[in-house]
Amino acid sequence: MDTISLKDRTAIVGIGQTKFGKGFTQSEEALGCEAIKMALDDAGLKASEVNGLVSYMMQTAEEDEITGALGLGDLTYFTRTPSGGGGAAATVGQAAMAIATGQADVVVAWRSRKRSAAASRVWMQTQPRVVHLREMWTTPWGVLRPADHVAMLFRRYMHLYDATREHLANIATAFRAHANRNPAALMYDKPMTRDDYMNARLISDPLCLFDCCLETDAALAVVLVSAERAKDLKQKPAYIHAIAQGVTSGSTMMANFFVDDPLHSQANPCAESLWRQSDIKAKDIKVAQMYDAFSPEILMCLEAYGFCGKGEAAAFTENGNIQLGGKLPINTGGGGLSECYIHGFNMINEGVKQIRGTSTSQVDDADNCFVCASDLNPTGAFILRR
Amino acid sequence: MPVGPILPATDDPDSAGFWAATREGKFVVQKCGGCGELRFPPRPFCKYCQSNDFSWHPVSGRGRIWSFAIAHKPVYPALADFAPFPIVIVELEEKPTLRISGNVLAAPGAAINSVDPAKLRIGQPVHVTFQQVAEDVVLPQWLLTPPPGAA
Repeated sequence: MDTISLKDRTAIVGIGQTKFGKGFTQSEEALGCEAIKMALDDAGLKASEVNGLVSYMMQTAEEDEITGALGLGDLTYFTRTPSGGGGAAATVGQAAMAIATGQADVVVAWRSRKRSAAASRVWMQTQPRVVHLREMWTTPWGVLRPADHVAMLFRRYMHLYDATREHLANIATAFRAHANRNPAALMYDKPMTRDDYMNARLISDPLCLFDCCLETDAALAVVLVSAERAKDLKQKPAYIHAIAQGVTSGSTMMANFFVDDPLHSQANPCAESLWRQSDIKAKDIKVAQMYDAFSPEILMCLEAYGFCGKGEAAAFTENGNIQLGGKLPINTGGGGLSECYIHGFNMINEGVKQIRGTSTSQVDDADNCFVCASDLNPTGAFILRR
Repeated sequence: MPVGPILPATDDPDSAGFWAATREGKFVVQKCGGCGELRFPPRPFCKYCQSNDFSWHPVSGRGRIWSFAIAHKPVYPALADFAPFPIVIVELEEKPTLRISGNVLAAPGAAINSVDPAKLRIGQPVHVTFQQVAEDVVLPQWLLTPPPGAA
């Protein structure tokens, strides 16, 4: 059978983001519309030209609400991606596939979320009687919050690979330094020292407050078109060079304690598929945007995608390697830890900014950028290039 | 005393047998009727041979701490009075890739915060105890196993 390569066939030509904040009065629908409108304006495209929409399954505002409110065109492609923050990069992949296979011409991927109120924490909404595999075998003992799951995995990682909280501090302070250069970031005017990190209150020991992502209200969106169309539009295109999804068999979202090796990142099959499709290899990547609901996820992603060997990620965070000016700057907008947490969609927008040369922590000669979603879920990743 | 308000449904067809056993003070896992492999948590099919034939197989109730964390506030409201409290994942002696969540208690029936978290280590031997938390729910919990020869 003929297969269609997605290599360099499509591009992100517009990006939009609302303010990042807390306690917003607008609805998720209104925030989503605002971000989509900004992305279309950025691209120089009309709302009526949009005929594809992709968002997350957890998105509460529906397609009909968005198309009606914004006057988008008739849709010929629409879908949703599963697994919360694992679905971030996959929204772009679904859009790219829709365009490359002729299902749609102008596709918007977007995510709007109001997550700043304590009551909106997903784990607080657990039902008193649980039946799902993951919930039944964790929650009755109080192994409940995502932070608990990640803490459990990281303690084991520390035991196996001599990692310490100092390594997590490397991650949290690097991303905070990037946020301090980004006026849009929630933590723009809040510097953080290593002592601040070490003295922060614990959430799920060994994780402290600064290992956990922000709780944010915001929306973000990107617009994709074919590579041919992209050349005629006003922004420098960020071409989708390669894109992949994957999850290891039997893995459970976050509380992945029931597979033979819980520290074998769920992202491994995604990484294999991605590098098989890509001419640009891990060693060639100039800058990376990695999903960081929790700081240890950076370690798992570095290893899963082959930026270092198994057990070597903690050491990889040393010597400023992951900070602007280092070997592989990561989360140059501040990431989920310090820019905003909208299920990882800010990684996508930041990746495009690097390719355009407009990041507030611009990496010199960033002619490519790696972007990935959460490695603790069914996940996705892609490579952008100039 | 209840551990908390989040309880397993004990009438789910795939796992009801496990909860029936804990009510009788037994720890069981599934044993595949096709290939004999042990599996846990309960699943409707065997991932090794795709058989749906199985029996409930009693295990020793001995294991080791695979990993642990200490949950600080904010936690689920019904657990707030106990925070900070340790949470553990235990690997079973019969097959260490079989794991279950739990709490380590200082004595049978003690509270989930009754053990000093500083005493916990990865690899530490533990053995099961059972704690009734609702009319139909008896949770397996864990006690630290003293080293051989200890009083």
